[in-house]
Amino acid sequence: MTLTAATASRAGRPGPGVHATARIRAVRAGTVTALPVLAGDGPFDLRRGRSDGSQARVCVIGAMSAPLGGDRLRIEVGVEEDAHLRVTSAGATVALRGPTSGHAAYDVRVSVAAGASLQWLPEPLISAARSNLRQTCVVDLAATARLVLREEHVLGRVGEPPGRLSARLTVRRGGRPLLDLESRYGPDAPGWDGPAVLAGHRTAGQILVADPGLDERAPAVRLAGDDPGEGQAVLTPLAGPAFLVSAVAPDLVRLRRLLEAASRIA
Amino acid sequence: MTDRAALLVLADGRFPAGGHAHSGGAEAAVSAGLVRDAAGLEAFCRGRLHTAGLVAAGLAAAAAAGCDPLPLDEAADARTPSPALRRASRRLGRQLLRAARAIWPCGDLDALAAARPRGAHQPVVLGLAARSAGLPALDAAYAAAYESVSGPAGATVRLLRLDPVDAAGVLARLAEDVDRVAARAAGAARRVAAEGVEALPAVSAPLLDISAERHAALPVRLFAS
Repeated sequence: MTLTAATASRAGRPGPGVHATARIRAVRAGTVTALPVLAGDGPFDLRRGRSDGSQARVCVIGAMSAPLGGDRLRIEVGVEEDAHLRVTSAGATVALRGPTSGHAAYDVRVSVAAGASLQWLPEPLISAARSNLRQTCVVDLAATARLVLREEHVLGRVGEPPGRLSARLTVRRGGRPLLDLESRYGPDAPGWDGPAVLAGHRTAGQILVADPGLDERAPAVRLAGDDPGEGQAVLTPLAGPAFLVSAVAPDLVRLRRLLEAASRIA
Repeated sequence: MTDRAALLVLADGRFPAGGHAHSGGAEAAVSAGLVRDAAGLEAFCRGRLHTAGLVAAGLAAAAAAGCDPLPLDEAADARTPSPALRRASRRLGRQLLRAARAIWPCGDLDALAAARPRGAHQPVVLGLAARSAGLPALDAAYAAAYESVSGPAGATVRLLRLDPVDAAGVLARLAEDVDRVAARAAGAARRVAAEGVEALPAVSAPLLDISAERHAALPVRLFAS
């Protein structure tokens, strides 16, 4: 979907902004995972990919033009008992200023049941100048569920400052808090560019891995990146059976290299 | 009836809770060359205040408002991915709890000490200590928010031989930000009863986490964190 086409398709809608909810439900069916619900909506087009063993694969296409100010976008994902799902996206998501200066909301709600797993690996989110996006991602994991979740934030397109970005990631395991972090950058976040937060870097990212098996074999802290100007990363074991890899870097290429280096488990 | 002067006692840098041994990430920022002068200290403190400071203020306000401290302690774990920072926070919490129980004895502090013998997170203890001293949630938020910048400022005076007048000037220029952070934290704490601990702020500072682990791995350092 091009930006022009997206703008044209928005013209016929009532009120400012698009309201859309996409849904995915994955269930175990014998040796494979079936997708009885795979429902795109608005800017979200969901494509089923080739399965890998028992894991079903879905690609979110067309999030490219979204979200604009005023949009209310939502993706709901349910991975039921013993099902395995991998979700990727076809391109970066670019938050842009919309017809109103109000914020866009982009909410992801995920549940992963007992014995099930989810790999949530979208392409980066780019916060363009003058955009205003509030993203929330809430994940409910059963005690025996597994999760790999990646998020990457690019603050401004080339040569421009970022817009207002708030992205909250809340992960509960067995109903208890496992990780709760909000990434808040841009004009609404005093000090975001300074030495305590990003120190001039323009990309930040994290990979969360939750796996009940980590209870017995928690990885040790690992640092990556020797030159602070080139970016830095760290793998940190969390208080529960999970670890977080967190990185900051001048650009996406170096961010990904650091995330990969720090998350490689020996 | 609020005994407001108790806030001055609790927020005093000389309160015997071991805070002087920690720099709040300032030592790592100074070693990395990211903080070289008063301007750098101000940028560092502004970022810390609106991230870790806001999170600590929210937890402290909620504990002072009477929320159950154990779910708040779990919420603090979930907001602190760095194990070095979790250890530092629990160590400081244990020291603060010891002092607070002697100064403002109360059953709530005893119960928290029994439930978390290795130490509860410092902001949770700070809030409960404020409550024991008869202070309202907003005052607890102020103590936590101010401490999130006064600690690094004091440490930087020692690390860079910064003029204490310049460091005090930085803190004075951050006063309005401290007001806003404390108010926002206290507002969030009021919503915990209805919405649970997820109503509390969770703003993260990636470099504070990364630098804390880098700092903890150093063989020689002036401050514990």
